[in-house]
Amino acid sequence: MLDVHLLRRQEAGISLKNMKYRIIDHTSDFGLQVFGSDIKALFANAAHAMIDQITDINRLKGLNEYYVHVTGSDLPDLMVNWLREVLCLWTSEEKLVKSARILFLSEYELSAKIMYDTYEPGRHIIKNEIKAVTYHQIQVKSLPDGWESQIIFDV
Amino acid sequence: MELKKIDNYRWELPKTGAMRVPGIIYASASMLKDQDQEEPLKQVANVATLPGIIKASLAMPDMHWGYGFPIGGVAAFDWESGVISPGGVGYDINCGVRLAGTSLVEKDVRPRLEELINALFQNIPSGIGSTGSIKLSAAEEIKVLKQGAKWAVHNGFGTDSDIEHTEDNGCMLNADPDTISKRAMERGKNQLGTLGSGNHFVEIGVVETVYDQKAARIFGLFEGQITLMLHSGSRGFGYQVCDDFLAAMAKHINKLDFDIPDRQLSCAMIQSKEGMSYFNAMACAANYAWANRQILMHRAREVFSRTLGIGPNALAMNLVYDVCHNIAKKEVHIIGGEKRLTCVHRKGATRSFPPGSEALCDAYRSVGQPVIIPGDMGTASYVLVGTQKAMEETFGSTCHGAGRVLSRKAAKKACKGRSIQHELENKGILARWTGRSTLAEEMPDAYKDISEVVEVVHGAGISKKVAKLRPMAVLKG
Repeated sequence: MLDVHLLRRQEAGISLKNMKYRIIDHTSDFGLQVFGSDIKALFANAAHAMIDQITDINRLKGLNEYYVHVTGSDLPDLMVNWLREVLCLWTSEEKLVKSARILFLSEYELSAKIMYDTYEPGRHIIKNEIKAVTYHQIQVKSLPDGWESQIIFDV
Repeated sequence: MELKKIDNYRWELPKTGAMRVPGIIYASASMLKDQDQEEPLKQVANVATLPGIIKASLAMPDMHWGYGFPIGGVAAFDWESGVISPGGVGYDINCGVRLAGTSLVEKDVRPRLEELINALFQNIPSGIGSTGSIKLSAAEEIKVLKQGAKWAVHNGFGTDSDIEHTEDNGCMLNADPDTISKRAMERGKNQLGTLGSGNHFVEIGVVETVYDQKAARIFGLFEGQITLMLHSGSRGFGYQVCDDFLAAMAKHINKLDFDIPDRQLSCAMIQSKEGMSYFNAMACAANYAWANRQILMHRAREVFSRTLGIGPNALAMNLVYDVCHNIAKKEVHIIGGEKRLTCVHRKGATRSFPPGSEALCDAYRSVGQPVIIPGDMGTASYVLVGTQKAMEETFGSTCHGAGRVLSRKAAKKACKGRSIQHELENKGILARWTGRSTLAEEMPDAYKDISEVVEVVHGAGISKKVAKLRPMAVLKG
């Protein structure tokens, strides 16, 4: 599935440099194909892409900061666990993430600084519900011009 | 993937590669021809590779592409040598549906329908992350997790007869709150008594056709009767339980001596600390869902009484039955002539137990278990009854609904330039909704034809038609 998308992206002349993500269609759920010029950018963009589906990011100020540390058994697992953490900040603590800076990243762990807003019903718009980040067809891979990941969500 | 025809309603996916058993798909020839089945069939085959699977990896006619297990999938694993998989249950643990009858007929309700649906909309919290008026302390939340629907009835939301008309009496006894994470507890504390978003709904309907008079009479259904159906689950609590255990099992699976074709199929042996811990945590979420649906139905009862000015006894909004769609159950089944203890995973499938089953309350034992099959909001829903054939062929299981054919994005695209609300109103159906794109995403065209799905399970004999319901008004999350 990923390769088809990659092919289409190349045919359409879309560069990794100017596109953070695109939506993938899936009958019962939906997915994101995320791009990054390097692996840190890929992980930061993945968080951005997910939150962009949940809320209007332009309405977030991102004045509060929060540090997270996430582990995984390989890069795909790390990606799922990272997005789980970001999603959980929203679903359990009503924290909407404006941006994330990946401070450290290896195949098995990452640490990041997250800037967030606490949800205010009048100010923030909730566009979609994402129930969970799935392992279904999860991919993280290095390409000649950067990095790319595919993540399917349960909505 | 090549399917071999068994009969008019069953197709075999032959055992190949790492599959331990074949797949069996319940479908009509036209359904298989109409839809691209490649991905869900791959998932049926993937499930067939898991250790301890018994007889076959099954798919009901509402099968569609899920993650890990297909939606509409049924698989039974040996209780001693098999696995249990959070992905085989799904995120919305014990997502399910319940149907209540009333003493009312269409002419009692039609003139007040708008008032009724507006009152339901105001009194039933719905939509993304909806929170309700019930705020649970940690001690009280633990009681909900242990007691399920009984907690709701003890706290004034319903009557004892609601309990016996609920699958498992609305409570899985193995629930162990010690297996639950802080995050799940946090997500659960404010969401009890809320509908949620997506395909969750409350629907006022009318019994349009009765196919089986005897069963309908025993279920308390008659032609022209007003019914209330609701579809909801364990809310954020259940999603968190699933997610916590998927993460744990994705790590755990590396220690086991078999490979899985998809991480979403991560699992543990039932007879292991990890497996049992998931089973007991899942039961907490199942109980949360039963308490939730019990509260939602009771709220609807109050709305009907207040709006129509009739007392609860005269209204007689009695629960016909409450069934789960996403669950793993410890059940005894006859395999090769011998009783075997199994763990039946139903992911987007409904239990369909026959007459005589000890799991049924006295009132239903002579006729079999009511099976409630919701359709999309524009067409119809069905009440079926469980059969012996289901016990023999599908571990006592049948379909759960229409099954999506369009992705949410594709549905929104198909809606461009159309007013779904107007189209529904032309059919006499009022709709109220919370989410900005809910109505478009949930439009009737996004789902398979429910009648075709029901004809397959009826024809195959794994459940039999009792009645058909027509929607009058629907409240979506």
